[in-house]
This record gives sequence, structure tokens and C-alpha cells, in this order.
Amino acid sequence: MAVRGAVASRSGLRSALPLLAPAYLWLTVAIFLPLSAMVFFSFMTDLPLSGKPWAFTLGNYAAFFSQGLYLTLLLASLRLGLEVTLWCVVIGYPAAYVLAKVLRGRSREAIFLLVILPFWSNGLVRIFSWAMVLREGGILDTALNAVLPFRINIDLMYSYPAVIIGLVHSYVPYMVLTCYLTLQAIDDSLIEAGRSLGASRLQVLKRVIIPLSMPGLVAGAALIFVPVVGSFMEPRILGGRTGTFYGTVIEDQFVAVFNWPLGAALSFILLAVVLVILAVASPVLRRAA
Amino acid sequence: MAGVQVSDVSRIFGAHKALDDVTIDFADGGFYALLGPSGSGKTTLLRQIAGFDFPDSGRISIGGESVERVPVEKRRIGMVFQNYALFPNMSVADNVAFGLSVRGEAKAVIATEVQRALDLVQLAKLGVRRPHQLSGGQRQRVALARAIVTKPRVLLLDEPLGALDKALRVDMQIELKRIQREIGITTIFVTHDQEEALTMSDRIGILRDGRLVQEGPPEEIYDRPKSEFAATFLGDANIFRGDTTGNGIRLPDGTAIAAGAGATLAAGTKASCAVRPERIRIGTDTGAADGDANMLKGQVSKRIFAGNNSTYFVERAGQTLKVIVQNTGADRLAEGQDVVLRWSPESTVLIAAT
Repeated sequence: MAVRGAVASRSGLRSALPLLAPAYLWLTVAIFLPLSAMVFFSFMTDLPLSGKPWAFTLGNYAAFFSQGLYLTLLLASLRLGLEVTLWCVVIGYPAAYVLAKVLRGRSREAIFLLVILPFWSNGLVRIFSWAMVLREGGILDTALNAVLPFRINIDLMYSYPAVIIGLVHSYVPYMVLTCYLTLQAIDDSLIEAGRSLGASRLQVLKRVIIPLSMPGLVAGAALIFVPVVGSFMEPRILGGRTGTFYGTVIEDQFVAVFNWPLGAALSFILLAVVLVILAVASPVLRRAA
Repeated sequence: MAGVQVSDVSRIFGAHKALDDVTIDFADGGFYALLGPSGSGKTTLLRQIAGFDFPDSGRISIGGESVERVPVEKRRIGMVFQNYALFPNMSVADNVAFGLSVRGEAKAVIATEVQRALDLVQLAKLGVRRPHQLSGGQRQRVALARAIVTKPRVLLLDEPLGALDKALRVDMQIELKRIQREIGITTIFVTHDQEEALTMSDRIGILRDGRLVQEGPPEEIYDRPKSEFAATFLGDANIFRGDTTGNGIRLPDGTAIAAGAGATLAAGTKASCAVRPERIRIGTDTGAADGDANMLKGQVSKRIFAGNNSTYFVERAGQTLKVIVQNTGADRLAEGQDVVLRWSPESTVLIAAT
């Protein structure tokens, strides 16, 4: 496929140009220009607004290394990303398997719709709905106490689990979709062949299905891990005081403290760290896939 | 190695009877073809024997052991799929090793057995390749090696040659037969290709609408079909319909056709006679000839020359009869010519009307 792609690009680049141009023009205007501005800001002492004096500095980047807090928060965010990704695999992969290999026709469409639904609901609405469910005396608390004979106190609001729940809910559709696509492409006769050779369902899953669906798992994990590490909305609303993460600190720099240069520098450090992680992980993941 | 017994097996999908009370006995070491048009239930029957699906009623046993509720992974069968179903994430050797490896065999044992299986299918050097680097015929061989390396009790093949082109298919037919003889495994294979069934198998079972129409050696089914369907599905046949006379039938126009083979039927009932096109002699001589009790007059409507033989289509009383004549150098007959068809009663099979 790579060979065919190379041949096509050599012979058809000229004719493909009109098709590529809008996308690249848009990317240039919408991403490259603002991003370059941010790179520029990250090396300034202050924003060049209302004639305030400014100079070039490496101080914003130095701040990350001189204050242990930023590193601690970055590690916490990376851990959050890892945990949310893992939960998304645990929840999303079996769902994708059932959608791709067990359900057929109408029931598949219906379940698919339920999986996609978080995509279509507004992020803030989604998070505040969780707030209503998770708080003390909220929906979950009331429902459990109505059913259970003894009294329990569910107060997940403003806690680390609440942040995890909110993020997993937001991002699990990515995992379901990417895994569904790769699982659906696996021929059912491969599963039957495995079983005819004496493999149990679990052995077929381990040796055939999971290796073949690895590209979907990796794609899903990358789609989830990267934004979760930089997330700020779920941690802030559902995490409260415990919800201070790297992403929320960056957000603070932009909207509260109004220290754009520091916020920009912290963002680029995050970008660099994420890129390094993906680069280190990619050979391992590619071999697994 | 073991024989397979299928007794009174039925399988119903909703309102559709995919298998209707099928009983068939596959003897140890035999090569069986399950032949039928699509939707006849042949693949469904194979899947019941494999254990991918369970019958609604009836019994299946492999080597005398009742297996109708045993899942596929515990039946010790080998199966070759129509699309080969090789694991794309594994090398050829790992594909072949799969069955031994899930069983927990020692690495050294696996390596020896895999090499032996690859030798058997003449792919000894291709163990390191990936399935996508192989040709269709090679994939077929890998699938076969993978299915037999575990020493299964029975080998099941689902239209194994369907995806190959004609020349390769003939090669693989010979190859498959050689390997089957060499290891002496009971083999059941599903096909819709009558030629494949005739040339490869020791016995053929013909299925139609979920029922076993006829079962027996290829020669027997070809020479003594028990139904119009068997006669026309396995090879070509001219079918005459009329009333039984005791040793043949009388056509609606009064012509008698003598039959020397087939069912014994009470006179007066509806019946048919089947005659293979190559058993009929065609000529212009109207005189009586001994031995050929059956004679019909007709007119050649079409001739198709195929090199080693010619097929004549002869119109007679609103029916088109087919006659195949070997190319012996004799004069060919022209289209539109009046001809006489003759054949012996021994070539005529009496079949009860269905």
C-alpha cells in the first residue's frame, strides 16, 4: 500500500494540488499562524499590549524547571492520561468487540448510537450532568440509598475518581470507534479457524484478535491520551480543589493570571513531552501491531 | 483417524429447514464430497460436523464418540476454509504451528512437526513468509498443512478450491488427493463443482433443500441416479416422462422406452427415464438395429463442435434432446437434418416421479 501511495504521489501530485490546497491553506491560517504566535509569546517577558515594555527571555521555560510544582503537575497529568486511556480500553474494547462481532442489524445500530451519543452532547452539559449525579445527595447517592437497606454516603464530587469518570465518559467513544473499525475488518473465518485448531475463545482472542486489532487500540490510545494530558475542563469542574492538573495551570495563565508567555511555554513543554512519549512508544507499538 | 456418523440431523433457521433429517455415514479413511447447489445445506452440514453450529435434533459421532454438543475446539478436527483463513499477523510457520502451540506442545516438537507438514505440502522453504506474500495455491497448501499438523480425526474442506483458477484447481485436486492418501485421513469436502466431486471422491452425497438426495460412489450415482435431480445435477441427462409399463415407460404420444436399470415400479404410475447424452447414438439409418431397443426420430436443431466431441441438439415432439458424439472422423450431421436416435435399455434408468 505504501508503494502504491508513493507511485500515486509521484505521478499525481500536480493533479492532486487543487484537492490538497484548501486543507493546507486552512491548516496554515488556522493552526500554523496562531501556533507560531504562541511560540513567539513563549519567549517574551510580557504581552506587547498597551505599550508595555517587553524583551526576549528564556525565563518562561526556566520557570518549569526551577519550580518543582510544574513537574509534579505534569506527572500527575501524565498519570491521569494513562489511567483514563486504560479505563477507555477496558470499557471500550469489549463494547467494540460486541458491536463488531456479536450484534447484527438493528440492535447494532441502536447500541452504536448510544456509544456515539457523548460526541453529540455539549461538553459542559455533559460535565455538569455528572456533577448532578456524583455529588452528595445527588442522583447516584439518592438512587443507591433508595435501593440499599443500609445507609451509604456517595460523595464522589470534587475527587480524583470524579475526574476520571468524566474524562472516560468523554473519550471512550474514540476507543470504541477505532477498535470497532479494526475488529470489523477481521474475517470471522479467522476466529473459526483458530477454534477448529483447538484454541479456546480466550486463546483466539489473545493470539489472533487482539494482535490484529492492535492498530485500532493504538490509534484510540493516542487520540485519548494526548488531549487528556492537557485537559482542564473536567478536572476543574469535577475535581474542584483536587482537580489541579497541568492543563488547569495552563488555563489559569491564559484566563486568570493573564500570563500568556508562561502559559504558552508550559503548553509547548507539554507538546514536547507528549511527542517524545509517542516517539518512544511508536516502535514498540508498531512491533505489537 | 475415525469415521463420522451423521444420524437424523436437522437444523432449522427460523422458518427455513437448512438440514432436514440427514443421515450419512462417512467411513474411516474415505474421501467424501458433499455436492449440491447453493442453499442445499451442504455447508450447514459441514459446520455441524465441525462443531461451529449444533443440530436441533439428531446425532453426530466422530470415531464412535458422540459429539453433537461438543464445541469445535474439543472435536479434534482439521478444517480448510474457502478463503483459507490464514492468520495475517503470523508467518507461514507460525500459522502451521498454531494448533500445536495452543495445545502446549514443546517448542522442539512443534518445529519438527511444522517442518514435516510443510514438506508434505511442498512448501518447506516458505516458512518465514507472511500469508500475503504467497500465491493462492500456496496459501491453500499452508491452510492444508495447518489443518493436518495437529493430526485431526477428520479433515473438513469447505469449497477449498473455489478461489483458484482452473489450471491450478486441477493441480490442487491431484495434490489434495495425494496428501489424503498419504496420511489416510477421513476427508469430507463441500463443493458445488460436479466435476471436482466426480474426479476426487470415493463417495458423493448429493444434497438438495436440506435433504440427502442420494449417496454412493461417483460411478453409481452417475450410472444409476435415483431422481431427476441427481441425474441432471451430476452430469447431463435426457429426461423422458410418461407412465410406467413395468420395464420402461410409455410417452404421452404412445412411444415406448425400455429401461434396463433403476427402480422397480408398478405399471401405470407416473415415472421418468434418464439417458446420458453420450449413451445415445445418432444416425440417419431408419432400419431396426439389434440391441438398441430404444429408437426415436428427430431433427437436428443445433450442433456445437468442441474439438474432441460434438453436441447435437435434437428436436423431437416438443422436447430438445442432447446427444454427445466423440470425434471419430465419421461424417458430421448438418443442422436441420432428420436423424434417428438409438440407445440400449441398459443405458436407460427408470426413476420414480417425485
